[in-house]
Amino acid sequence: MTPRTYLAATARILAQLRADRRTVALIVAVPSVLLTLLYFIYTDLPGAGPLFDRIAVSMIAILPMTTLFLVTSVAMLRERVSGTLERLWTTPTHRADVLFGYATAFVCTALVQSLVLCSVAVWGLEVTVTAGWGWVLLLALVTGFVGVCLGLLVSAFARSEFQAVQFMPVVIAPQLFLCGLLVPRESMPRPLEVVGDALPMSWAVDAVTQVATETDVSAGFVHRVGFLLAFGLVALTVAALTVPRRTR
Amino acid sequence: MMKNRQASANSPGPHDLGHRRPAPHTAASQHSSGGEPTASPVVEVRDLRVTRGGKEILHGLDLSLTPGSVTGLLGPSGCGKTTLMRTLVGVQRYRGSVSVLGSRPGSPAVRARVSYMAQGLAVYRDLTGRQNISYFARIAGERARNVEEVVADVGLGDVIDRPVSSYSGGEASRVNLACALVANPELLVMDEPTVGLDPVTREELWRTFRAMAEGGTTILVSSHVMDEAFRCDQVLLMREGRFLATTTAAELLTQTGKPTVDAAFLAIITGTDTLTKAAS
Repeated sequence: MTPRTYLAATARILAQLRADRRTVALIVAVPSVLLTLLYFIYTDLPGAGPLFDRIAVSMIAILPMTTLFLVTSVAMLRERVSGTLERLWTTPTHRADVLFGYATAFVCTALVQSLVLCSVAVWGLEVTVTAGWGWVLLLALVTGFVGVCLGLLVSAFARSEFQAVQFMPVVIAPQLFLCGLLVPRESMPRPLEVVGDALPMSWAVDAVTQVATETDVSAGFVHRVGFLLAFGLVALTVAALTVPRRTR
Repeated sequence: MMKNRQASANSPGPHDLGHRRPAPHTAASQHSSGGEPTASPVVEVRDLRVTRGGKEILHGLDLSLTPGSVTGLLGPSGCGKTTLMRTLVGVQRYRGSVSVLGSRPGSPAVRARVSYMAQGLAVYRDLTGRQNISYFARIAGERARNVEEVVADVGLGDVIDRPVSSYSGGEASRVNLACALVANPELLVMDEPTVGLDPVTREELWRTFRAMAEGGTTILVSSHVMDEAFRCDQVLLMREGRFLATTTAAELLTQTGKPTVDAAFLAIITGTDTLTKAAS
């Protein structure tokens, strides 16, 4: 990996995103629209205020990971199917240049997405957060990063867009079920609780719930953010090492 | 002049392929120990075998390309032309011995010095022609050619700042080619670069290739257009994963007695084996 080829790949992917405004608009808008939908689902339910607050805060951890997972896995697949990935393998471009380039470019969109999502939540939907919105924003960005890395890792194993899309229920749905949003993890059967505790989406939901309900940022929050970043980096590194350069 | 030889799998003995001077060549790309440096081959292939999906596709090819030569790879679809090219640019697993510019194909040392233009359109259709070419120029770094110059070489004019998705087939194909040329390679491997292009553009491109070869670039180019054989220094006739013959277009016609390269090629593959007799 060299700075030149990495930056060239990043700039190229950003240029592709700029050329595809509709996709960017969808990435940025969809989580906010979904959160607004949830707001109206709960709005007439008596005493649902705290419940919606809890769900909304969890969604700020869940939605960026989900949308960016899907978008990056398909984007990387498109690169492979179009033949440009193989062409890059014949140039000085390293595998890490492409994968970290994708991660960088899509984290930029994740930043915009998180800003919009948090703004909608705080000003539009009046979600209350005790420790400050800056921490929630940081967490939304970090879960977006994890989604990007997981998407890139999965696309290393998928051969077609169909397969890539199929990975979404496989990778995202169990995390969603086990993260504690539907049933608190302590109330699940012990094996499920253990598995749930080990999944990145659970760390994200725990962390964001913590800053939403507690006044101070605890060491637990910092650790969870650290774990999420480390998880993303490991997924990205594994992806960079496993993407095959040569056809058998 | 070059001798014609029936090139067969595992053929032992010296490789006369691609040598226009009588210097005996040493193994993979070293200068001979004597005082004056001989042109060591840019590509040296021995007993190359490729198996895909459990089926052997290339059956022991031998090949060597001298610097600044233009070699045409001719043969019917599915004969292994693309597989051979993909092996040389390092994206295909193989058995046998392959040396490209003195290294293993696709190793970091040689990737910057080799360009590959695949048959399909391997460019970013959502970007403009200029964005595509500039990207590959940035990857090439210091050795990259001037983008405008390459754009002029391939004859892309007004469309250059429009997305490739809006291009005609010929225009898109020129961007595809420009992305390979901009890296200023020492070895240029092109899979059917002139397919779908009009005769005027083909003529211009071949002039570009010839100029590059004169500047020292070694070119391996596959083609379905048999007449393009006349533009190559040597022609490799390929069929079912083997080289049928190594020759030039003119000699091919002389030795088969056919009026066109097409007919000569057909004559060879249908067993009218005049080449072997002529060579022996």
